[in-house]
Amino acid sequence: MKSVIIIGAGGAGLVAALSAKESGAKVTVITKEYPTRSQTCMAQGGINAVLSEDGGDSIELHVQNTLKSAAGLADENAVRYMCQEAPHAVAWLDSIGVGFSRTNESKIAQRKLGGAYAPRACYAQDYTGLKILHTLYDRCLAEGIEILNERYLLEFLTCKDAQEKIFVYGVSVLNKRSGEVQTYEAQSVIVATGGYSRIYHNYSTNSVSSTGDGIATALRAGAKASDLEFVQFHPTALKNSSILISESARGAGGYILNSKGERFVNELLPRDEVSKAIDDEIAKGEDIFLDIRHLGLEFIEKELPQEAKLAKLYENIDPTCELIPIKPAAHYTMGGIDVDENSSTCIAGLYAVGECANHRVHGANRLGGNSLLELVVFGRQVGKNAAEYAKNTDKNLDLQERKIVLQEQITEIKEYTNEINFYEKQKFIGDLFYKNVGIKRDKTALQNVLNEVQEIKSILPKMGLSDKTKIYNTNLIEFLEFKNMLELAEFIIISAINRQESRGAHFRVDFPTADDEKFKAHSIIDKNGAICYED
Amino acid sequence: MKINIKRDSVVCYEIEAKNQTLLEALNEIKITQDCSLAYNSGCRSSVCGSCAVRVNGREVLACSYHVQDGDFVEPLNNTPVIRDLVVDMDKAYAFNAKAKAYQSSITSSVLLSHEDEKLNEVQSNCILCGSCYSACPVYAINSEFLGPFSLTRVWRYVSDKRELNKKEKIDTVQINGVWDCTLCNACTLVCPQGISSKADIEKLRARSVMFGYMDPSFSNFGGGLSF
Repeated sequence: MKSVIIIGAGGAGLVAALSAKESGAKVTVITKEYPTRSQTCMAQGGINAVLSEDGGDSIELHVQNTLKSAAGLADENAVRYMCQEAPHAVAWLDSIGVGFSRTNESKIAQRKLGGAYAPRACYAQDYTGLKILHTLYDRCLAEGIEILNERYLLEFLTCKDAQEKIFVYGVSVLNKRSGEVQTYEAQSVIVATGGYSRIYHNYSTNSVSSTGDGIATALRAGAKASDLEFVQFHPTALKNSSILISESARGAGGYILNSKGERFVNELLPRDEVSKAIDDEIAKGEDIFLDIRHLGLEFIEKELPQEAKLAKLYENIDPTCELIPIKPAAHYTMGGIDVDENSSTCIAGLYAVGECANHRVHGANRLGGNSLLELVVFGRQVGKNAAEYAKNTDKNLDLQERKIVLQEQITEIKEYTNEINFYEKQKFIGDLFYKNVGIKRDKTALQNVLNEVQEIKSILPKMGLSDKTKIYNTNLIEFLEFKNMLELAEFIIISAINRQESRGAHFRVDFPTADDEKFKAHSIIDKNGAICYED
Repeated sequence: MKINIKRDSVVCYEIEAKNQTLLEALNEIKITQDCSLAYNSGCRSSVCGSCAVRVNGREVLACSYHVQDGDFVEPLNNTPVIRDLVVDMDKAYAFNAKAKAYQSSITSSVLLSHEDEKLNEVQSNCILCGSCYSACPVYAINSEFLGPFSLTRVWRYVSDKRELNKKEKIDTVQINGVWDCTLCNACTLVCPQGISSKADIEKLRARSVMFGYMDPSFSNFGGGLSF
């Protein structure tokens, strides 16, 4: 049977796996963690879908809200497809057992998130992502899908055919437990490895695993990435820990206040606008707070239990009677591996889905509730497409040779001199990125960060590992993640320098307005850092 | 402050005390003192289940436990240790499949009320951190016990209106399942999500009785009872 390998076992990867299996492929899911530990479990707010047009909402409005938030940079056809599929996506999640919150009329409960015309986000208290991810995992067990845990992606194995077209024939991974390089053959491969917000290190709401591995690896293999400069900053992360307080807190009527106790922004604007307003206030020397006291104890306990727990644990704040100190933090990366309408990269047989991919539905700024939606809608589509492609492909190549090369590369890394602590450099880049490649950017600062990143890249052989062992060497894995982030960091800055305008999450102090003539287009970048723009 | 971490031998680390979580302390040790220390973490916000360890003999999430002077940190119990605080969860998680902890078929158009939803709202908050599994004493005598988190998951589906074959779910948890639990409640005490697997197992027992099963330890007394 023809096999499809899926790298990454978050929501996108698991939906893709179920879909590929349904389409008749042999499916193997490979993850660097375990499926239920993926970033998807952190999604709280909900999944957007217009379940009924009775209350004045419509699929058309969902399309329009998404396009507006995207600031002219989303592909209308892709957005339309996603919004039309949304009710089916939610119905499917309901059919496999996701524990959505319900209304008194036995309907799936929905709430309003920023930038939405109506309550449209289907939710499960504030554990929406957790419950979706775990139910998908259970479904994969029901279908007998093979899941290989704790294997870290090294390379997509590619080759050129007689027409000089690159195609993928498998993957290589580092088995974290044994320390051995392993190769797996597949007719098609789906990348579902998540975003790259961890480049912002302590200024990211994300799991420590969101290191952009799949994107960096796909670029190395010859795929292209697009819109990398667009990074969404969530307005309400806890001040000290950058842990996310869900948008549902604002959707339910929470206020954002400055030190004087004044509201200064419409809390329900899209995330880019709220984050920018907060950033302006912080620049004036204000401390910023989220105020949900007026929502009442009962409401907070019922609808926002996780929020209350996190505020207590990390800030020692009781949100029912105290203000929650917040700051914006890197939350979602709109850019990713560039894919066509079939979720295919420019490498034959290599597909991408979820946050690591750019389906051009979020444009310059993602709407809350659209990422869980994207991963279900495009996950279902990509699984089918990858399975179809695999059926019609017949290429067998020798995997042994690549395995030896990669094993040698790992050995070489272990010989790096380790004079410089890469963990310190990682933190340093995170700080620089937050300050200069964050909510506000300008040419000089971007150029300075680019120089720093390139300098650090050049001294990588002076970094390396102090732990040279084989078994579960987290020092090695973290170094490999650091290398991937470093590669992406350079491409993000190049993309940000080249986009001499402001649009959505990309705000240039030196070019404060949008320039539709030159830049109402997607930036496409390759492994050499060459940029072009495409409508 | 000093904390002791069980590795190949017990290693004592001196860290700066500043009201931090155990995970923050582990990160500090790794970055500034000893890069070879192996442990797992993910979300930092108690929802991914990566960082469960034992502190002074009790299961906690490293990201939500505030570290204390003299703490003794160990890997989870009942699972093979791969290195330091990292355990291999493959066998533990495999019990989910063995227990058929999933909806048996895809169902459409089943309406759930607010009350229906509440029946397993808490159970479906499980993050699979493995704390309950580590605390469970049954594994000392039965390594094939389906275990607390898998049985909670079974109850999560049995109690759901969308599960149309409840009998099959109940059939599956008779051997190495609901009757092997000692109802000691250790699982409940360590669950970071406030789930009581013990209570879920009791509900599964009650449901088993409704389907004609009985506690096998009683069936030895009367003799002659058969199904």
